[in-house]
Amino acid sequence: MILRLLTAVALTAASPLLLADALTGDVQKQAVNYTAIAMFVAFIGFTMFITKWAAKRNTSTSDYYTAGGSITGFQNGLAIAGDFMSAASFLGISALVYTSGYDGLIYSIGFLVGWPIILFLMAERLRNLGKFTFSDVASYRLGQTQIRILSAFGSLIVVAFYLIAQMVGAGKLIQLLFGLDYYVAVVLVGVLMVMYVLFGGMLATTWVQIIKAVMLLSGATFMAVMVMKAVNFDFGMLFSEAVKIHDKGAAIMSPGGLVSDPISAISLGLALMFGTAGLPHILMRFFTVADAKEARKSVFYATGFIGYFYILTFIIGFGAILLVSTNPQFKDAAGAVIGGTNMVAIHLANAVGGNLFLGFISAVAFATILAVVAGLTLAGASAVSHDLYACVIKKGKAKEEDEMRVTKITTLTLGVVAILLGIIFEKQNIAFMVGLAFSIAASCNFPVLFLSMYWKGLSTRGALIGGALGLATALILTIISPTVWVDVFGYAEAIFPYKYPALFSMIVAFIGIWFFSVTDKSKSANLERERFFSQFVRSQTGLGSSGAVAH
Amino acid sequence: MQNNEDVYRQIYANPRFQELVAKRGRFAWLLSAVMLGAYLAFILLIAFDPAILGIPLAADTVTTWGIPVGVGVIFMAFILTGVYVQRANGEFDRLNQQILREAQQS
Repeated sequence: MILRLLTAVALTAASPLLLADALTGDVQKQAVNYTAIAMFVAFIGFTMFITKWAAKRNTSTSDYYTAGGSITGFQNGLAIAGDFMSAASFLGISALVYTSGYDGLIYSIGFLVGWPIILFLMAERLRNLGKFTFSDVASYRLGQTQIRILSAFGSLIVVAFYLIAQMVGAGKLIQLLFGLDYYVAVVLVGVLMVMYVLFGGMLATTWVQIIKAVMLLSGATFMAVMVMKAVNFDFGMLFSEAVKIHDKGAAIMSPGGLVSDPISAISLGLALMFGTAGLPHILMRFFTVADAKEARKSVFYATGFIGYFYILTFIIGFGAILLVSTNPQFKDAAGAVIGGTNMVAIHLANAVGGNLFLGFISAVAFATILAVVAGLTLAGASAVSHDLYACVIKKGKAKEEDEMRVTKITTLTLGVVAILLGIIFEKQNIAFMVGLAFSIAASCNFPVLFLSMYWKGLSTRGALIGGALGLATALILTIISPTVWVDVFGYAEAIFPYKYPALFSMIVAFIGIWFFSVTDKSKSANLERERFFSQFVRSQTGLGSSGAVAH
Repeated sequence: MQNNEDVYRQIYANPRFQELVAKRGRFAWLLSAVMLGAYLAFILLIAFDPAILGIPLAADTVTTWGIPVGVGVIFMAFILTGVYVQRANGEFDRLNQQILREAQQS
């Protein structure tokens, strides 16, 4: 193991409140790891085989965007988990546990608590009202053109920021894990994601996500079991041994500096919770199941898998304190972890399972990125082809084959753009991007979608102006916040003191939507309010929803 | 969707539909409030009095109250989703099917 790093990947250590979803900092290319590459090639071979199988079954737009609604609740739960658990959160959260102990748990809880809320308030209504994208729901009774343009832009912006973070993360991770060149890694990720989405559509994307989730969960389970075996399956012993070894001693067992500023903490919590409910690639997954019943089951399984995953990461982080921090094999001359603290989970894989298992976990990390970017690309492509092309430009009268052609062109374009962005942003500080994606999703997509389902008084004007205000506020506040103004632009002090804008931008969005709706006395607004009632009955009963079984 | 308009109107007038909407809505909002309340309490506790979560469970252990509380929130999220799915896919869906059947017949 000759992993070495120039500058530490100081993601969590330097700024604990940053979203552990983007690998940041400089990394140095490592020696080529053939075991890892062989495992990864096997993964690609298998998923390409699935893509070929899926391509044969894709005959309509419905097959392409939603796998024809044929995914079961259990499968979709795994796929949602696969969409949501990123490589950076696996490595980043275990690193956070390794450096600060309990704070890692606080962080992961923030990622999880959005799921029950999505289930209680959104899942069944989404399934009952939607067809391919969440814009279908948001524009159900409102002005098609305006609302689709707004939500398509909301989707594309979220997809773009999320995609950049994933591409750059992938490039760096692959340099670290496989010893491949950054550009090779970025191009490889771009080409593979286009292949999955272009040929296999939602069906292939779903299976890539399911396989990835199973691989990640079983790999992490193996690591956690091996850690627990080392302490005789006694949590008390795991913690007491860790406290003895760790520099911070007993402090790792209680909350540290993660939530020192309650406003930032609540703002982050809101961004995570409601941002999840506004991520286009996550929302799209609700249309892949047959009915509301399966949609509910999906969230139940997804919450279980994601919660289980975070508990495993917590054990893995503590295991790394015991087995990685004490082993000179994983330290450089100065005593720092080789490759930076983000690598502790990878070192732990080596410690508990040897080189073969190290290769497996590295391949899993790469597969994880592929699954996430494939989902993002599909969501971006459908926003362009279904919302902008078929519904706005062609006013809903597009021929299916034309819509498919636009999807394929968009997918290719997105692949090229993603590769270019990955290359452009290689040396940039991208730590804010995932946070921004979540904040925009929480302040534009979520309020419009939520109120369109819950509030009769909503009008097109209100949704349009309020949603745009939320989007603009989230964007501007992020730019003048410490994460961009100080860390990226290098100014001494930030204009906006908090790291996350969601608390403020969500308030702006909701007030904006409310104000411009209640003052909207136009005829069309009144018609929209009248249409709420049939939307309401459909959202509750599922009558008339696509793919619903007739009784 | 326009041809469904009459059916929608008829369903809306069905007292069973009103019962379903009221019951399911109350249940969903209740569970949401429990989840949000628990998370908010957790974050506020950490922000204003983190020492409480740092108290050891017993004199002879380093394991603090923070561990069962934190893991408890994760389990709570899972259990609450399970509770909702159980009732929504059972009781509420049966009621829903009944409403749809009645709408078909008339």
